[in-house]
Amino acid sequence: MKKSLFLGTLTAAGLAAGMSAAATLDDVKARGTLNCGVTTGLVGFAAPNANGRWEGFDVAVCRAVAAAVLGDENAIEFVPTTGKTRFTALASGEIDMLARNTTWTFSRDVDLGFEFAGINYYDGQGFMVPKELGVTSAKELNGATVCIQTGTTTELNLADWFRKNNMEYEPVPIETNAEAQQQYLARACDVYTTDSSGLAATRATFEDPSAHVILPEIISKEPLGPLVRHGDNQWGDIVRWTLNALIAAEEFGITSANVEELASEPTDSPEINRMLGTEGNLGEMLGLDKDWAVRAIAAGGNYGEIFARHIGESTPVGLARGLNAQWTEGGLLYAPPFR
Amino acid sequence: MSDPKKASVAYVRQTILPEQAPPGTAIGMIGWIRANLFSGWFNTVLTLLSILAIYGLLSVILPWLFSPTWGAQSLDECREIIAATFAEGTSKACWGVIRDRWIQLLFGFYPSEMYWRPILAFILLGVALAPILFSERTPRKFLVVTALYPFVMPWLLWGGSIWVPVAVMAGFALAYAVLKYTGPRMGTLSSTLLAVAVALIWWLFLAMPVAGLVQSAIPLGLTPVVSRDFGGMMLSIIIGVVAIGFSLPIGIVLALGRKSDLLIVKALCVGFIEFIRGVPLITLLFVASVLLNIFLPPGTDFDIILRVIIMATVFASAYVAEVIRGGLAALPAGQYEAADALGLDYWRAQRLVIMPQALKISIPGIVSTFIGLFKDTTLVSIIGLLDPLGLSNAIRADSDWNGIVWELYSFIALMFFVFCFSMSRYSMYLERKLQTETR
Repeated sequence: MKKSLFLGTLTAAGLAAGMSAAATLDDVKARGTLNCGVTTGLVGFAAPNANGRWEGFDVAVCRAVAAAVLGDENAIEFVPTTGKTRFTALASGEIDMLARNTTWTFSRDVDLGFEFAGINYYDGQGFMVPKELGVTSAKELNGATVCIQTGTTTELNLADWFRKNNMEYEPVPIETNAEAQQQYLARACDVYTTDSSGLAATRATFEDPSAHVILPEIISKEPLGPLVRHGDNQWGDIVRWTLNALIAAEEFGITSANVEELASEPTDSPEINRMLGTEGNLGEMLGLDKDWAVRAIAAGGNYGEIFARHIGESTPVGLARGLNAQWTEGGLLYAPPFR
Repeated sequence: MSDPKKASVAYVRQTILPEQAPPGTAIGMIGWIRANLFSGWFNTVLTLLSILAIYGLLSVILPWLFSPTWGAQSLDECREIIAATFAEGTSKACWGVIRDRWIQLLFGFYPSEMYWRPILAFILLGVALAPILFSERTPRKFLVVTALYPFVMPWLLWGGSIWVPVAVMAGFALAYAVLKYTGPRMGTLSSTLLAVAVALIWWLFLAMPVAGLVQSAIPLGLTPVVSRDFGGMMLSIIIGVVAIGFSLPIGIVLALGRKSDLLIVKALCVGFIEFIRGVPLITLLFVASVLLNIFLPPGTDFDIILRVIIMATVFASAYVAEVIRGGLAALPAGQYEAADALGLDYWRAQRLVIMPQALKISIPGIVSTFIGLFKDTTLVSIIGLLDPLGLSNAIRADSDWNGIVWELYSFIALMFFVFCFSMSRYSMYLERKLQTETR
């Protein structure tokens, strides 16, 4: 009886939340700021600088959406969320969107009732070992002690992969990436495993990065992307197509430097014209004005610029484009046509 | 010896030996060292071992601590400076991160042009606490600041219209007026109830519209700052101070309620205390940040810091209540009977006889609860609030400082130590001051 009462309340609350969520765009416009959930700090993806301004690859998606919707890339309230609080924060309406290196999985999409708006980074779980161990393949890791963050998908992937390959391992559970670095450097574990972007960022901070190798095996698919609540398709469309606009902009050669010029008058390319609002009424269909994509791109540049600035090869994180290159260059980024 | 001639003829010495200075080994520095450090072989061994251990620790920590890396802009630059100045393999602190981020560790993301507001609030906190903490050395006029402080502090920190705290204060004035006016006519109980009802109606339905009206007529206020911008040590202090300030009176009431003869009051207090003490603080914080979000109607703007403060207060007051109950139990029954014999009613007996003694006994326990509460404020980092520990994680996420651990933690530890140590010293001062029966 009590349980049903509890569930009933929950359902009622959920319904009420669903009803109000139907107008996220209006809420955001009325509020004048976008509430964007980010991590409490992940190198290259989201971190506050010394002046308290949030920067990073995930943050750039928030800024692009804020620029598209509100016309101001700084009209954002960043809500730092942990792995445990992120989904409730989104479900309860505390945040309008979550851009927090969250893996798109079936259960999160279907069961938790979220809508992934696309993929802004294709990641995968990898292994890092000290070079002096002489390990060249993850298949040689039988019996190793492995540092692993608890409560993430990586834990499950690791167990699956070792079982599949008939190998044993001894997990060393850790809570945060910083703790993992310390444990790994102190040799509490032979191997550190997490998303390969995280491994690269971690390795870059070591005194001697060349003394550690990242093994070639990638044992899982970790498509990371921004997500919104189920039930507000218009808002989902806005986030999805803002991300698509950033990706398409790189494909078409639109950068933060030339976007104003390209948008000032129609160009030869009809698709660029439609995206930048000099032709057609795509912005209107989204519930925004015609310059929405121009502002999104002007905020932080196209996908390639954002990548290069925060996690690209010239940054300390030093990630290669790899899977995250445009489809024209052998990667997986493929924005649907703007038409 | 004294006079040998006389000594040879009599058994009893008739002169007094002249006073001599104590031997050099028994006085001054040497004497103290002999008496305290080398008073026997066992103590000598212990002393030598301790000196060795202290030397071992300091010889590692001090060279690490003194490091010319204050100006460095990133961890790599620190490493370059250290590699250029010292032999290879030297481990040194990288203090650049503190120079770069100490303001952030203190104020979080609070807008920098408004730092005067938290600073002023902090100074006023000292002024407001002075008449309570050092009652005999401070003019009683300061009590005005103490009374106003609970209204001024939120206004200074969060900003907004000045008429909101004024309207809230007006609620108290209203309740007082009702009490004063109807008290003689209606009897104490009904007039108290009426006063509470009037104040509640005012706060819930009228205060905000009235404040809004006055604000539109006479705009006066500070730029609002949202709770999400609060962080660092400031956040810990706010949560700590407010929770401490409220948990003591609530704890007293709960302790009295638990000892009460009224069944319902007693059951409620026992239930509350036992429930809260049976639940970890983390759970309460998760309820505050996660569950409330789901159950409250969407769009309700229930401030996250306020929620955390309420949970911390609730948690601390349950513990304070038990500490005070210990103090009450330690009082001899004669004190209660003496108060009754004097003809004091319940509240007077509590105020004049019981509480002063019970609280005095409970001071060490109360202060440890407060120190524990203050340190527990760091748990809020788990629900995504950026207290100093949460910020240390965010700072490490900056690629310039990724990999720095000890420097940040020692700085945060130092800040917490300053506050906790002062609380502990104050409690010792208070105990000495109130130690009347053994003086």
